Amino acid sequence: MAESATPIVEIKGVSKVFQLQDQTIHALSGANLSINKGEFICLIGASGCGKSTLLRIMAGFDQPSSGEALMWGRPIAGPDPSRGMVFQDYALFPWLSVRANIGFGPAARGLGAAEVKAIVDKFIDLVGLAKFANAYPHQLSGGMKQRVAIARVLANDAELVLMDEPFGALDAMTRERLQDELLDIWERTKLTVVFVTHAVEEAILLANRVVVMTPGPGRIESDNGLALARPRDVASPEFNAIRRVLSAKLHSHHGKKAA
Amino acid sequence: MAIVETGSVAAAAPAAATPRAATRTTWARFKPTVLALIVPLLLLAFWQVATTQQWTRLIPTPYAVGEYMIDFAVGGIYDDAYSATLTTHLLASMSRVYGGFALAALFALPIGILIGRVPSARMLLDPFLQVMRPIPVTAWLPLSMILFGLGAKSAFALVCLGAFYPILLNTIFGVRSVDPKLFEAASMLGCRGNAQFYKVVLPAATPSIFTGLRLGLGLAWFVIVVGEMTGVPEGLGAVIMDGRTLSRTELVICGMIVIGLAGYLSDRVVVALGNYLLRWSPNHHG
Repeated sequence: MAESATPIVEIKGVSKVFQLQDQTIHALSGANLSINKGEFICLIGASGCGKSTLLRIMAGFDQPSSGEALMWGRPIAGPDPSRGMVFQDYALFPWLSVRANIGFGPAARGLGAAEVKAIVDKFIDLVGLAKFANAYPHQLSGGMKQRVAIARVLANDAELVLMDEPFGALDAMTRERLQDELLDIWERTKLTVVFVTHAVEEAILLANRVVVMTPGPGRIESDNGLALARPRDVASPEFNAIRRVLSAKLHSHHGKKAA
Repeated sequence: MAIVETGSVAAAAPAAATPRAATRTTWARFKPTVLALIVPLLLLAFWQVATTQQWTRLIPTPYAVGEYMIDFAVGGIYDDAYSATLTTHLLASMSRVYGGFALAALFALPIGILIGRVPSARMLLDPFLQVMRPIPVTAWLPLSMILFGLGAKSAFALVCLGAFYPILLNTIFGVRSVDPKLFEAASMLGCRGNAQFYKVVLPAATPSIFTGLRLGLGLAWFVIVVGEMTGVPEGLGAVIMDGRTLSRTELVICGMIVIGLAGYLSDRVVVALGNYLLRWSPNHHG
């Protein structure tokens, strides 16, 4: 029960400044965000709004320039198996079969071959790739590759799954199917998911909370809880009402920029 | 959960194979062989015409060379000092090619990995090696004979030098150009530090390393004649040098053909091995 009191992730006044040649880029400025276990959060915004930077800080790939990023109250010092990342371009190990890609994390943790096999079998079934267990990544479609990427993170016992525009490179039909499968996995496993996207519709379809971010400098514009019942219907009036509100927030910085 | 992503949209393929289609597939099967033979056959024809028309008197006809090749391989036609010695010379050259190549790989792989992964090693070694690299193996011949003496050791050293740079450069390239995302993926999966070298860097670099080894072995065959200019009694390079001294052009041409074929076969074996070991790599099929 202590878990429900402490947020799984806390972002406190996090800023990130990059030095690019002689230019200083404020990728993220004064971000505050608290994520509870089991939530599905979508970070949404135009390019340059800092959504990927925030995600990378949560993953531990980047450190904040100021402020702090905490997981279960402890600073996030570097990448860790408890926080799995799903990349837009999959980042599978091309020399490993589907089976070995999914087993990479468990094997790196030093588990025995039999244990690794049991874990791999479970998650390969979960993402429906049993028939392709021995295929190499280059033999798979984009959607299948992304399923492997999801499975390898889950096989590693990640509590928090960070997804950086994971379905951005997929065709519309595949994307819809993977969105459904992801929701299904999320509901069954009670994972915490932070999902970066630039598509408003995708965010409303998936999230409990949609965090709208705006660029120049990257910051959190608003944090919107969604009370829509699941499964959600993209064509329903409620869905479209939310879409209108979020789209307006997403474009709110345009006026300011012109001024 | 379904596996197939998208519905099949393709129209049904034409049902039965028509006779024309059959001809097409036969042609498709033999096309590579037929095309590959055109240039050598044209060259052979030109050689035949040039020698029978006596445009030159110094080059023997293809037939004479063919006859000599048989004598060189199994004897029984001329029965001179070179009859039935092909196997001896071929084995002598092969031992130098593969030995020199193996020695080159033994040095080039660790040095390449070091230069590719450790910045101070790169600063220490890279400028020196870049200056040494353009010096041709032929230029090393006199020094090699002073350092290693006349004979097999010198030949070995020169072949090794010839194979060294392609292996080195491709190894450096391979270990340097690992997709940074793969390091992030490995570390978020719990594989950090030195373990990443074995789990990420080495496997990711294998296609480049393999290309380097293939080029290195090719170059080892390429420099074998220079390597055997060092006064070794046996070897295909030695045969060619003898042929030149004795004005036995047919011997020279026989030696050239054997080197070409041996180098080609050796490369095919390496390519087949690579296709098997690198079957995971979409762009590695020689």
